Amino acid sequence: MSLQVLTYLVVGLSFALYIGIAIWSRARNTGDFYIAGKGVSPVANGMATAADWMSAASFISMAGLIAFLGYDGSVYLMGWTGGYVLLALLLAPYLRKFGKFTVPEFIAERYYSRTARIVAVICLIFISFTYVAGQMRGVGIVFSRFLEVDVTVGLIIGMGVVFIYAVLGGMKGITYTQVAQYCVLIFAYTVPAVFIAIQITGNPIPQLAFGSDIAGNGTALLDKLDDIVTSLGFNQYTTGTKSRIDVFCITLALMVGTAGLPHVIVRFFTVPKVRDARVSAGYALLFIAILYTTAPAVGSMARYNLVNTIQPGPVGTIDGNLAYAERPDWFRTWQQTGLVRFEDQNGDGRIQYYNDSNTAFADEAASYGWQGNELTVDRDIMVLANPEIAGLPNWVIALVAAGGIAAALSTAAGLLLVISAAVSHDLIKGIFAPNISERQELAAGRIAAAFAIMIAGYLGFDPPGWVAQVVAFAFGLAAASLFPVILLGIFFKRVNKQGAIAGMLTGLLFTYGYIEYFKGLFLKWAGAPWGENVAEHWLFGISPEGIGVIGMLLNFVVAITVSHLTAPPPERIQHMVEQIRVPRHLEDHHL
Amino acid sequence: MHRENRMAYWRANLRLVAICLGIWFVCSYGFGVLFVEQLNRVRIGGFQLGFWFAQQGSIYIFVALIFFYAWRMNRIDRKYDVHED
Repeated sequence: MSLQVLTYLVVGLSFALYIGIAIWSRARNTGDFYIAGKGVSPVANGMATAADWMSAASFISMAGLIAFLGYDGSVYLMGWTGGYVLLALLLAPYLRKFGKFTVPEFIAERYYSRTARIVAVICLIFISFTYVAGQMRGVGIVFSRFLEVDVTVGLIIGMGVVFIYAVLGGMKGITYTQVAQYCVLIFAYTVPAVFIAIQITGNPIPQLAFGSDIAGNGTALLDKLDDIVTSLGFNQYTTGTKSRIDVFCITLALMVGTAGLPHVIVRFFTVPKVRDARVSAGYALLFIAILYTTAPAVGSMARYNLVNTIQPGPVGTIDGNLAYAERPDWFRTWQQTGLVRFEDQNGDGRIQYYNDSNTAFADEAASYGWQGNELTVDRDIMVLANPEIAGLPNWVIALVAAGGIAAALSTAAGLLLVISAAVSHDLIKGIFAPNISERQELAAGRIAAAFAIMIAGYLGFDPPGWVAQVVAFAFGLAAASLFPVILLGIFFKRVNKQGAIAGMLTGLLFTYGYIEYFKGLFLKWAGAPWGENVAEHWLFGISPEGIGVIGMLLNFVVAITVSHLTAPPPERIQHMVEQIRVPRHLEDHHL
Repeated sequence: MHRENRMAYWRANLRLVAICLGIWFVCSYGFGVLFVEQLNRVRIGGFQLGFWFAQQGSIYIFVALIFFYAWRMNRIDRKYDVHED
């Protein structure tokens, strides 16, 4: 069976599974459709949260980014897991006790202000759009490869599928569908990892193979990798090039952003009890950790395989490089998508892959007759191409496609629903037109989702970075805008509405402005980015990916200062805060 | 449910949160970022220790921390009699 047919089959089967489960679980509990989490064990809820959480960025992009970044890729690994600690310790149990449905709703009540609610919705829309934009590129890449079309066509097909998926709706609310998506996704991720781990090291567990010796060779994988990449002028795999402050700030921005992401927080509104909220975060992270500890192993092995394929012989010998005419099949098929490119700079009919921006390596390269790097590999394809590079059977490749689509769709649809709920529930019903019917509210939500897909698709055509980087901007925005005011709302009774509004606006505008200035996000049509994105121009040497940390600090400082200069919150708000701090409901005279 | 009891409960919670976040910080930012070079001199199998913390160890510790916090917090809830049902 050809790969394409097999891919259609596996993807089709996985979709049939999701739809089947959706119908089955809907039929069983029509009554409590809206409280999907109720009666669901913390384990299942954790699995569903993990599926919701792990997006195209985690599945498709992250390991590829790590493959090229090496140690610097750690920011994504620590950043996208450590945030769950903050969530479990600082936010989830209290928001569960508060017991409302959306993040702007919490902010509206805690800060007794419709203005605060509007500002929160604006923050949420900025965050979610940036996030969806990253997902759309991921979706586009998957479709372009497996339908063998250009990445732009893949993107348009992807937009259509996400639209249908999101409009089918309800699906998101059904936890069991996401449990199935988690299973497909994690199976699809770990199976090729295990195969490749066995091939390279003989150890089937990727987390251990990562630190093992290469089979039939006494050298550790990571040492060998350091060796071969430095011999091609690249930076050592196990050390970084990012400055320490930048690594620190990006990691922190991602962690705090995780805890401030509306579609993640919302998961903890629906668990049955406060203590379930705590442990549910633990299960979610456990399931996430299975992928996140596999990813760096996949990254290192993918880089090893790639370099070995292109450079099978010793560096500098004439037949040390792969002849273009003998390039493997995966190379040809990915070339069709435009995501692998080859340009024979020195006309020798062989592929030279090395770091031509390393001036210290330039003389050595010239002495080999190399006239520039000839191979460009899009980082976002590494996970998808990895099983092909390793020569694994077609069904594994098809499975990876299904997993990538599951990851991208579940998150994209979840985000679109958060956007549409923010527009229809918080903005239209909550503020501008409280009297609209439920049907009108739903229609408004659908229109908002359609608009969101179009804008996200537009952003996906010309993204400001790799999938995982674009997604990182969303986290920076979340860290700078929503997280501080939610945290202060729980832990500092004195913070009032003036402080919260000023804090959110400062954090959002500062962070958004910085990203737009250096990377260009929504204003590319107006000429953004305006600044050259190099370390010398950055504030304190912090890149746009890490700037959310400064935005967060500004938010805290402004919120606390403004609050102390204005009147304290009314007594009922102080009681409300006392109430959410304890798991059991207290009678008013106890407060 | 007296005010003093509630205050004591909240202080116990804050203390536990502070301890957990201390571990959280040391294992990720400490071992994986700030002191990564020093730790890289130590090797475990094919790993340099600092690199291992940054790409593997910190994640395992995060998972363990949340379960530890949830377990301790449930006991504190009971001790101060503020648990649900």
